[in-house]
Amino acid sequence: MNLLDLVIAIPALGFLVALIMPRAMENFIRLLALGFSLVAFVVSLGLVSGFQNGQAGLQFVSNWIWIANPEIRYHVGIDGLSLWLIILSTFLTPIAILLSWKYVQHRIKEFYAFLLLLEFGLVGVFAAWDLFLFYTFWEVVLVPMYFLIGIWGHERRIYATVKFFLYTMVGSVLMLAAIIFLYTQAHTFDYGEILSQLGSGRIALDHGTETLLFLAFFLAFAIKVPLFPLHTWLPDAHVEAPTAGSVMLASVMLKMGTYGLVRFCLPMFPTAAKENAPWIVILAIIGIVVGALVAMVQPNMKKLVAYSSVSHLGFVVLGIFSFTQVGLDGAVYQMLNHGISTGALFLLVGFLYERQHSLEIKDYGGVATVAPWLSILFLITTLASIGLPTLNNFVGEFLVLQGAAQANFSWAVFAAFGVILSACYMLWMYQRVFFGALAHSVKHHVTDLSPREWACAVPLVVLMVWMGMYSQTFLPVVSEANARILERTSKAGLMKMNPHIAANTGSAVGGGNVHAR
Amino acid sequence: MLGNFAPSSVELLRFSPELVLTAAGSLLMMLDPLFGKKSPKLFGHISVAAFLLAIFASVQANAVSGRAFSNLLIVDGFATYFRILVLTIGVFAVLSSYLYLDREAADTPEYHSLLLFSVAGQCLMVAANDLIMIFLGLEISSIASYVLAGYLRNDRRNNESALKYFLLGSFATGFLLYGVSIIYGVTGTTKLDEIRTALAVPGASTAVVAVAAALMLVGLGFKVSAAPFQVWAPDVYQGAPAPVSAFMATAPKAAAFAIFLRIFVTDFGKIGSAWEPLIWISALLSMTIGNFAALTQTNIKRMLAYSSIAHAGYLLVAIAARSEIGTAAAMFYLAAYALMNIGAFAVVIHIAGKGERHLQITDLAGLGQRQPLTAALLTVFVLSLIGVPLTGGFFGKFYIFRSALESHLVWLAVLGLLNSAVAAYYYLRLLVVMYMYEPGEAADSLEPLSPGLGLALVLPAIGTFVLGILPGSVLSFATVGAALIK
Repeated sequence: MNLLDLVIAIPALGFLVALIMPRAMENFIRLLALGFSLVAFVVSLGLVSGFQNGQAGLQFVSNWIWIANPEIRYHVGIDGLSLWLIILSTFLTPIAILLSWKYVQHRIKEFYAFLLLLEFGLVGVFAAWDLFLFYTFWEVVLVPMYFLIGIWGHERRIYATVKFFLYTMVGSVLMLAAIIFLYTQAHTFDYGEILSQLGSGRIALDHGTETLLFLAFFLAFAIKVPLFPLHTWLPDAHVEAPTAGSVMLASVMLKMGTYGLVRFCLPMFPTAAKENAPWIVILAIIGIVVGALVAMVQPNMKKLVAYSSVSHLGFVVLGIFSFTQVGLDGAVYQMLNHGISTGALFLLVGFLYERQHSLEIKDYGGVATVAPWLSILFLITTLASIGLPTLNNFVGEFLVLQGAAQANFSWAVFAAFGVILSACYMLWMYQRVFFGALAHSVKHHVTDLSPREWACAVPLVVLMVWMGMYSQTFLPVVSEANARILERTSKAGLMKMNPHIAANTGSAVGGGNVHAR
Repeated sequence: MLGNFAPSSVELLRFSPELVLTAAGSLLMMLDPLFGKKSPKLFGHISVAAFLLAIFASVQANAVSGRAFSNLLIVDGFATYFRILVLTIGVFAVLSSYLYLDREAADTPEYHSLLLFSVAGQCLMVAANDLIMIFLGLEISSIASYVLAGYLRNDRRNNESALKYFLLGSFATGFLLYGVSIIYGVTGTTKLDEIRTALAVPGASTAVVAVAAALMLVGLGFKVSAAPFQVWAPDVYQGAPAPVSAFMATAPKAAAFAIFLRIFVTDFGKIGSAWEPLIWISALLSMTIGNFAALTQTNIKRMLAYSSIAHAGYLLVAIAARSEIGTAAAMFYLAAYALMNIGAFAVVIHIAGKGERHLQITDLAGLGQRQPLTAALLTVFVLSLIGVPLTGGFFGKFYIFRSALESHLVWLAVLGLLNSAVAAYYYLRLLVVMYMYEPGEAADSLEPLSPGLGLALVLPAIGTFVLGILPGSVLSFATVGAALIK
């Protein structure tokens, strides 16, 4: 049992322990959940210190037979791509637990149990190296989130949670079909094995099959990201979810989609990925611009942040499908940035909600005068979110735009609108909520941060600055992993590039810019 | 001459599960005048003991596997798998009946002996090597089930259910018999292995055999409630006493699928390309009709009935695959399906109350707050019915669709998987009502979970997890069994 197994096992153990606790021991259950999640976080830091950058292949590998026939393995391991996403999951779970301390007052036992189950699933998704195992974790994540929204959410929670579940389910059953199909070809679920068989040509997929398989995986991930026009579940889910649910959903769960694109879609189906890149990028750019425009007119803070997520995740998809090193690095960095800054936004909006029981912007005004510290932290987060230099999002967005420009300059031009628009809607919201005349109800209800709330928010703000000032802590391992993925796509692209396909792609892209680099 | 017909002791051992059940059933009837009114629970205890003993006997019989009674029976891994399955269902059926019979103040002795006879018939079916034996087993099982469906004879819904079940059931059996007679006409035998040999001869009249296969398909389609022969199922399941519905949705169906597999794989395997399209269509229709009709149901029993039609569709996908993996997948799925359905019905029995007053889905409201354990167990079954990983339902579905893809039934697999996403919608409604609604009248009048029902909930839940997390041993049992019927 290595460190990675521990990081997966601790939340699972916490889930089981929380389940058997007597219902009445509310405070003890809270402490227990916090304890388990903190231990998981500390252990996961061991992954960072033990990670050898530059070493090829997976690290912290654990590989056991789970089911003998058909052979399904518990095969986990991490590379630079998974490393930080796992840390993101283990880092945010204690915060989500801590921020719910007062917010959640009924069915406490189930609430914390579900948060730990969610953490288990998330860490597993980012660590799984067997397609069956990956699918298992992928679906395990769905169940706790379904309950978190459905039980502890706001008024329209049931509609939102069912929509969330069904959207994800439709995508994932098609992915399951594709996974089983790959198994029938490769006779294994082991991802490394499948990759090498695909690479060496032992599984020869014809053009149509590869495209269909790519689309099956892509749809599942695109729904999760969510990519325009599949994003409609997201605002509903976010608005209705409790704060902890919104934070986990925005910060980590959406990354399951983008992670899947980088981890599975690109390396397994490089040709199809490149061929389909043009329209995917167009959808991503539409998502960036439309998400931002829609965010601008939202009267509800959570909905505004939710649409801003659609816009930000568009950048990630754009970076991924630019097929450039900088673009991909930026995309992965942006996944982490979005996790930190949007997580912080939901957290702070949640604090406001706890005080005033409203998410409508019009119910606020002049918060800065009664809660200066809350306002300052919110301001830093807002600035991070709109991509101010020295804060984290700037680095990611810059790299993505650079990568997009390398691939096709017009992509970068259109995407840059998103950056401008994000400044508009975020600052406008900030102005309406925190400045202006002090609303009567705000004066009576809104107080400044409590120590517990400080403890939730400060780590996030510190990371925003850290990730903005010194990206070298995080980026080298990511680049390393991305380089391998790109190497694979370019190699396989060349190998499979027969004249017929090349002609098709050329006409579709209008000059074949994707391959020009 | 007589000596040739006298069964040897090994043959009797191979037949011992049926003997145990029949003896126990008869014993219950004899004890009725003595203890019928005094200790109604005794009869349940005896039949649980009989089922457990019969499971033990099946294992022993499997150790001396082989044929019995001039090749009328064949006790092999396949038969043993299904015997143990239907016997286990029998145990759960009894466990979930204690409370129900008590609540309705119904006589227990006949109920339990009918249950024993019905399962005896199913054990006979799954071990039969002869079409006449199959017919006998089917009738023993069916007639007992007809009576059970109308067990509360003063209840109008029970009567409707029993009558519909009887009329349509006998009609379907007619089709099956017609098919059997044609086969006998063509081959001159009713033994499955001899039919196979006879049909393997080149020049055997394929067209006539295909007609016979089609007729038998109709008859078996009725028994497993596959579309387009499914119309009886919702009415019958809704009207019958809840524990009987649970039983009917699982045990007779498992046994019918067993003979379905045995007849079609063993005898009609050669003309597989002729019947595969029919099964393909029936599978798709069953999944689609079952799932879409279930979407609009408000009565839980009716919803579970439509869901069981959809599950019959998934099972037909495995049969359409026409491979050993497909057979094994169907076998595994039947076990997973039985556990999750028994469990779900057990919750229905629990909340229904006297006279089955609370059968609406909304009657589950607030169960999560009032009885968290019951709600959690139902959640396990619902997640398994949806097909969420780590449950038996998921692994079964995975295995079925794997067999379909191995046999290049790509579209059937994709349509089936999309169907299971549709199904998620109505299953989720149970969870929504249970956890996200405030408790209503039904939840307020809820009694604490009775021990019998508790066992009928907890054990299937454990089984569901075992099949989902460590499916290895059941899977290899099914795989071995599947390899035997070729």
